[in-house]
Amino acid sequence: MAKKMKPLDPNEKLDIEAILEDLEDYRPPRKGWTWRVVPEEGVDMGPFHYRNMAEPLKRSIGLPASKYFDNIDPQPQPVVTTEIASGRFEDDIRRMRMGAWHGADHLMVIRHTGQSHIDGLMEGTPEGVGGVPITRKQIRASRKAIDLIEEEVGRPINFHSYVSGVAGPEVAVLFAEEGINGAHQDPQYNILYRNINMYRSFVDAAEAKKVMAAGGIFQIDGAHNANATAKAGWLVMPELLVQHGINCAFSIMAGMPKELIGLSTVPPNSPPAPKFWYDLPYAVALREIFSDFKMRAQQNTRYIESSIEEAIRTHTIDTLISMLTSADIQSTITPDEGRNVPWHYNNIRGVQTVKQTWAALDGINEMIQIKRDGPLGEMVRDIKERAVAFLEEILEVGGYFAAVQKGFFVDSAQYPERTGDGIARQGDGGVAAGSIIEREPDYMAPVCAHFGNNTMPAELEPCQASGGCTLCDPSLITYIDEFDEEDNVHKRLEKTWDYRKGHLIRPEVEWAGDGTVLLEMMIPENEDYAREAGLEIARRLGLEDPQVINLMVLHPAEGCFLEVKGNVTFDIDRRDLKIPEKVVLLSEDEIKDAIKKTGLTVVAGTVGEDEHSVGLREILDIKHGGIEKYGVKYHYLGTSVPIEKMVDAAIETGAQAILISTIISHNDVHRMNMRKLDELCREKGIRDKVILIAGGTQVSPEMAEETGVDATFGRGCKGIDVVDAIVKQMKERGVL
Amino acid sequence: MTDERIKQFEIRHERLKELSDDELKAHFWDLCYKVVDPIVELARTHTSPSIERSILLRMGINSHKSHGIVDAIHQAGLLGKGAGHVLLKLSEKLGMDVKAAGDAILEDKEVLNGLFAEVK
Repeated sequence: MAKKMKPLDPNEKLDIEAILEDLEDYRPPRKGWTWRVVPEEGVDMGPFHYRNMAEPLKRSIGLPASKYFDNIDPQPQPVVTTEIASGRFEDDIRRMRMGAWHGADHLMVIRHTGQSHIDGLMEGTPEGVGGVPITRKQIRASRKAIDLIEEEVGRPINFHSYVSGVAGPEVAVLFAEEGINGAHQDPQYNILYRNINMYRSFVDAAEAKKVMAAGGIFQIDGAHNANATAKAGWLVMPELLVQHGINCAFSIMAGMPKELIGLSTVPPNSPPAPKFWYDLPYAVALREIFSDFKMRAQQNTRYIESSIEEAIRTHTIDTLISMLTSADIQSTITPDEGRNVPWHYNNIRGVQTVKQTWAALDGINEMIQIKRDGPLGEMVRDIKERAVAFLEEILEVGGYFAAVQKGFFVDSAQYPERTGDGIARQGDGGVAAGSIIEREPDYMAPVCAHFGNNTMPAELEPCQASGGCTLCDPSLITYIDEFDEEDNVHKRLEKTWDYRKGHLIRPEVEWAGDGTVLLEMMIPENEDYAREAGLEIARRLGLEDPQVINLMVLHPAEGCFLEVKGNVTFDIDRRDLKIPEKVVLLSEDEIKDAIKKTGLTVVAGTVGEDEHSVGLREILDIKHGGIEKYGVKYHYLGTSVPIEKMVDAAIETGAQAILISTIISHNDVHRMNMRKLDELCREKGIRDKVILIAGGTQVSPEMAEETGVDATFGRGCKGIDVVDAIVKQMKERGVL
Repeated sequence: MTDERIKQFEIRHERLKELSDDELKAHFWDLCYKVVDPIVELARTHTSPSIERSILLRMGINSHKSHGIVDAIHQAGLLGKGAGHVLLKLSEKLGMDVKAAGDAILEDKEVLNGLFAEVK
């Protein structure tokens, strides 16, 4: 066994180099799929009772608003998926850690483009395009990192990839050996979308499924690709039922238990379409026909454009459909999928969409019920009848293979209509055509989890004849490290060492040191000029390779919103950065209590010849969360108030503090005013009775010491910061 | 063509609408199993290079070698016997373990000659 790594420290980055050590001896600590633990009696968190939530995590990051709710982070009932595959698994595992902290427990790794056409397993750690080359070393390194991450967050994490392509059975064996928890497997997907020969695809699939079942690997099918591919995704609903049905029936016949079989289902429509009139009856029909199987609810990808917000809104509705019907796994789609390879933080945004929707609508079915009678019921029935008729016609034309040859599938019309744009494949065509071989009467396979005719004596564990198999005895597995001396993870890590373990900082969205940043801007021009102006602005800001990745017309002539990405070409040295000392605020209760005790009163005004009042009003008014909210009484003297008047007012009213705001600042007027305030209070003999606070956009926290006032505040300061400083100062002076 | 299919669908629909929801569901599953039955039979009676390589993997032979071994067995016309079967038989004949028998095939595929009497 590989030596155990020490638990992760939440304040330290993952040590990728350490994870890559001893991989030849690494064994996964468990196999098979894990569901969340969902207490039947519900979950109590903070002031709330939740009805459909799983047990909370040991460590996590809640939704932004959770700080108002005792930092609770309720975890939805279904397993939550995020897809992570940038092409470099060493960077992906850091993203996996971020995803897990936000509540993802199903990490799906998309394969390197073209891997499904590679006739055999890949080894080593070459860089991928559009996904990750799935290899034994990559799986072990990722799984080893996930072992640490699941311990850190306190919940098992399912690791997932794809058993498709012409090497399906081998990939399935690799996955079963290495403890992969979930995988896509659907022979129809290979045929329709990967153009793999139809006979080969099904013959291989039976073996792959049998192996997956032996490894406890949860299966997800590929039917949802039909509505991601067809021109009008919502019209293929009857066909989707057919595809799901064929894969489920075939999986069972190959030896897979129903509880390991999941349907990959997507609400097929998207606004501005009246989404619910399609998606809800479809979801109901599917769940009624497939009541014995698990639902993996995916979010719609078909109509994702470059707008992040539009995607998130659609996904919120998709999640609502899951809640109104059911979802065992709720998948998320990164909202940037329509414009680029997903970026780190967009995985998090996707997970947050589910978490936020699920928390908001927790227990919705106890209050709201789907109206099964009426139009919904009629539509449900219609979808089912069309699906059944579709199946009858498949049998009538000579079976599944004949139907595929005739282009039955992925036609964009609603069955029984047909546009003629379906994907037709021929029995003698496709990748690996003519590659299946008839088993001879004495055919034998001396291993476990083998499907089909086999002359091994039934009373023996099949592998006993050959001295064991890797599924029963992992010590028989042969590990291959690297094939390519240049294209491997170790070479890539050398290049990014400075960013991960050294002193250098560069922004990233996919890979360590990629330098990608995103600018948002409004350009008051038409589309053509806005686009070019955006690019030019990015160039002048020093960004390399700028690209407009989203443009929304606000008005044909008045302007556009755009997002421009580009790469920064410089590094920041950590050692050059000065981190301001953090102020730990007193609790609200403590503050309110102190204010009540002292009857805290202040005078406030904008000093000098300055007519700005907004900043100070925000500090004062209850409406803006100002000091009034905590019980402070204030006398507001207005703008352009002379310092003398401020001090006199304090004396008159017996205020314990003076708040001055200095927004406009020429020739250091703001500093002079602060000094003058301190001096004047001393002259009048009240300096020890009043606390002096100054603020303004040009003011920094360091200026207090320099000018003699008690505390100074700059941009972003809130009422609580001011009142906190006053109470602390009163404590220091022994007033409290 | 579409017109005819729509007509046919209408005929089917007349029959299907008489079924209860449960009957319709049972019919759906009955049809699914009917569709996959011949495919399952095809899978039961056939194998492929990937299946055979997956068997050698399970016997502890690495991905790289299993490729060469299965190719050699295929060329020798013996894949229908099962690659694992071939390897077992060869290991008995040569008095070595299956991994060594695999290496022997990679070194010289002629070792497969005459392994099964009926194969020329």
